[in-house]
Amino acid sequence: MKISKLNILLATLAGAIVLAGPAAAEDRKSITFATDATYAPFESKDASGNLEGFDIDLSKDLCSRAKIECTIIEQAWDGIIPSLVAGRYDAILAAMDINAEREKVISFTQPYIKTPIRFIAPKASSLPQYKVGLDDLTLDDVSPEERAELEKLAAAFDGKKVGVQVSTTAESFMTQFMPNVELASYDTPDNMILDLNSGRIDASLSTLARLKPLLEKPEGKDLAIFGPNMTGGPFGKGTGIGLRKEDGELRERLNKAIGEAVADGTIEKLSMKWLGFDATPKQ
Amino acid sequence: MDFDLMREAFPKLIAAVPATLALATVSLCFGFALALLLALMRVSNNRFLSAFAYGYVYIIRSTPLLVQMFLIYYGSGQFRSFFEAVGLWSFFRDAWFCAILALSLSTAAYSTEIIRGAIQAVPLGQIEAARAVGMSGILQFRRIVFPIAVRLALPAYGNEIILMVKSTSLASTITILEVAGVAKQIISNTYRPVEIFVIAGAIYLSINFIVSRSVMVIELWLSPHRRAERAASPVSSAAGH
Repeated sequence: MKISKLNILLATLAGAIVLAGPAAAEDRKSITFATDATYAPFESKDASGNLEGFDIDLSKDLCSRAKIECTIIEQAWDGIIPSLVAGRYDAILAAMDINAEREKVISFTQPYIKTPIRFIAPKASSLPQYKVGLDDLTLDDVSPEERAELEKLAAAFDGKKVGVQVSTTAESFMTQFMPNVELASYDTPDNMILDLNSGRIDASLSTLARLKPLLEKPEGKDLAIFGPNMTGGPFGKGTGIGLRKEDGELRERLNKAIGEAVADGTIEKLSMKWLGFDATPKQ
Repeated sequence: MDFDLMREAFPKLIAAVPATLALATVSLCFGFALALLLALMRVSNNRFLSAFAYGYVYIIRSTPLLVQMFLIYYGSGQFRSFFEAVGLWSFFRDAWFCAILALSLSTAAYSTEIIRGAIQAVPLGQIEAARAVGMSGILQFRRIVFPIAVRLALPAYGNEIILMVKSTSLASTITILEVAGVAKQIISNTYRPVEIFVIAGAIYLSINFIVSRSVMVIELWLSPHRRAERAASPVSSAAGH
C-alpha cells in the first residue's frame, strides 16, 4: 500500500514539474500525441494491441522529418480537446477536422488530408435510393441550390433517426443544417455502426475516408453510401493535427513536415494504403 | 471559471431533469415490485425459490451496472431477429426501455437484500403474539411483519433511492439525454468540462437532498413512538438518528 501511494505521489509530482516547465519549443526533442484508437482506418488496434492506421504511419513520417521523438498515447474522444488544453499531452493526432468551433479553443496545423462527408444507411432501406440533385455541397457559404438540396435531404430523413458521434463535425452539421431531424449521440463510432445494423438508427454520416473501408468489412456489408459529397462549413478545412494555441513553434515545424509529405507524395501513398482513394488536400 | 457559459448551460441542464427523474422513479417502482417478490422467495421455505432469488441477487450485485446496460442494449441489437420473432424488438429497439430494464433489474437485486434483512429482523415476539391471537399467515404478514419490516428497511432503502438517482447517469452511454448526457453534449460543443460538470453535480446534489429529506420525513411519520419522544423532549430532537 505504502509503496503504491508513494509511486502515485511521485508520478503526480513529476507530472506537475513537467506541466510547470515545458521545455522551450525550440529545443523540444520529443512530443506526445494523443489519439482515440476507435477510429479505423485512421487509428485502431491490431490483434496484438498495437496502434495502427493512417495517423500512426503519418506520425512516424512527420516525426522523422521534423527530427522529433514521438510517443502516442490513447485518450477517449470526448475529452481529447480539454486534456490537450490542460497540458496532458502536446498534440492531437486523431483524424480531427479543422473547424471554427475547435479553433476557438486550440490551433491546428495545415490540413494533411481533406475528404468529403457522406451519409450511410442499410442497403435494404429506402434511403440509399435517394436521388442527389447536387453532387457536391460546399457549406462555407450556402447557395440557394445547395439550400434546396439540404432541404430535400432533410425531408428524406423525416420520421427517421440519424446517429452521430458526440463532439464531431457531423453532430454540428446536423444541429446546424437539419435541426428537425431526430439525432442519437454515440460515444464511439463502433457502437453507432452496431445500432445502424440493428435498426435503432436509420442513417449516419461520416467522412468518406472512414465509410469506404467500412463497406469492405463484415459490419459494413449490408450498408450503402448515399447523398452528396459535403465539405466546408461545419466540416471545416480538412483534417489536421490539434495543438495548444501557444505552441506556435511546434506548429511551424509540423506544418513544414506536412508540406513536404504532401509535396513528395507520401500522403497520397498513405491514403491509398489506408483509405483506398487519394485524399491529399488540394491547394 | 466561465460564469457566462454556466449561466447559459444551466437551463439546458435543468430541462434534462425530468428525464433523470423519470428514469429513477419508473425503475424504482418496477424494481421495488420485483424486489418484494424476490425477497419473499428468499425467505420462503421452498429451497428452489430461495436459491433462485439468491442466485439472481448474487449475479446482479456482482456485475457492474454499466456492463449490464451495455449487454441489454447492444446485446439485444445483435440478436434482433430473435427479438423480432418473439415480438419484443419494438421494446428493445427503444433505448429508454433498455435503460429502465437495466436500472430496474439492478435496484431489484439490492432492494431484495434490504427487504429480506428487514423481514428477518422483525422481532419474533411480535410474530408469536400474532400467532397467539389466531392470525393466518397472510394476515400476519400484512398486518404485522410487513409494516414493521417497511419501517426497518426505510433508512437503507433511502440510500438505495439516492444510488439509483446517481446511476441514471449511466443511461447517457446508451444515447439517452438525461442530465449527464446533456452535460456531455454541451461539453462537446464548448470543451469546458469543469464548468458544466459543476452544474450537473449540483443538480444531482439538489435532487438527492430532497430525496434524503423526504425519506427522513416518511421515517418519522411511520414511527409514532419516535414522534412522541421528540414531542416529549424537544431539546434532544436534533440528535436524530
